Amino acid sequence: MRVRELILCAGLLAAGGADGETLSEVSGRYAIAPASTIAFHVAQIGGGGIDGRFPDFAGMLELDGGDLARSSVSITLEPATVTAGEQRIADFLRSSAVFDVANHPAITFTSTRVVRRGSDAADILGALTARGRTLSATFHAKLVERRGRELLFRVVGRIARDPYDMGIGVPIYSNFADFEMLLRCERI
Amino acid sequence: MWRNTRTSYGWIAITLHWAVAAAFAATFALGWATQAAADRPATQFNLYQWHKSFGFLVLALALVRVGATTLDVRPDPMPGLPAWQRRTSGAMHALLLALILAVPLAGWAVASASPLAIPNYVFELVVVPHLPLPKSAALETAASWTHAVLAWTTGVLVAGHAGAAVVHAVALRDGTLRRMLSPRG
Repeated sequence: MRVRELILCAGLLAAGGADGETLSEVSGRYAIAPASTIAFHVAQIGGGGIDGRFPDFAGMLELDGGDLARSSVSITLEPATVTAGEQRIADFLRSSAVFDVANHPAITFTSTRVVRRGSDAADILGALTARGRTLSATFHAKLVERRGRELLFRVVGRIARDPYDMGIGVPIYSNFADFEMLLRCERI
Repeated sequence: MWRNTRTSYGWIAITLHWAVAAAFAATFALGWATQAAADRPATQFNLYQWHKSFGFLVLALALVRVGATTLDVRPDPMPGLPAWQRRTSGAMHALLLALILAVPLAGWAVASASPLAIPNYVFELVVVPHLPLPKSAALETAASWTHAVLAWTTGVLVAGHAGAAVVHAVALRDGTLRRMLSPRG
């Protein structure tokens, strides 16, 4: 998934505020750096839960600082590379029980709308596709750092598993996967 | 008649006997099914949770059964039963009582030691905490092996126990099985 792209867009828009010059400075095309992290947590009854990461992903952001609504983001995750601390958990996540990577090698997100939520935050609405199902999803992005041609965003979002036919384990495990991402966006 | 007498089992003992038997049979079948579903991870996961739930049911019933057996009168052996059968049946019964505790306890140890740390959500009604064991794949494997050996041993002994009961009922017609069906048996 190119979540980073989404985040970049949101962050840039948020950071620019009403300063047109700032926004125009950050307008452009960005790629998500490999140093970014895309992590998720699924809570379990009694406390604790499953913590996983997607180490392989790619994303691109087209940021229009003058008109945020014209910005776009697309992200692709490779669920076959998911990690979860315990190997058997990662194998289970890749299996037909969850990501079914044999039949669905990618998870994608494509933005449809960006809504500013303050000077450094925004909501990114879009279509999330996993296991052959495409549903609406919303992520909340906040610009954490801006340094030269690089932007760092913190992005969070909650995705229900059952609509994607990934509801295995409910109610032992929560139906929701909570995503937390730190995306480094490099201007290209 | 709820309690045992020197000549018959009461309804408490009879009910607990068949409840434990049924719960064990269900748990055993589910345990076997978890292995048969190795190529279907979602099904296997669900089967494991059912297996654990029934396993805890066996443990709860077994604790009550052992307690009731300890506190209640033990009926005398059937009149005319040869001494070797009295010794053998007594040992079999004691061993089965021990195993219906040991098998689910070993299973509990498997779940408790497993690094997977999957909660024991028994029949999705109550969370049973893990035993205070270190999370270790090696310990999980050892407990799993122990659990399987004890379970299959119990299965074989139960088959022998049931077979002996049938022989008493069909061939010897001495009322042994009837005693575990009704207090009036």
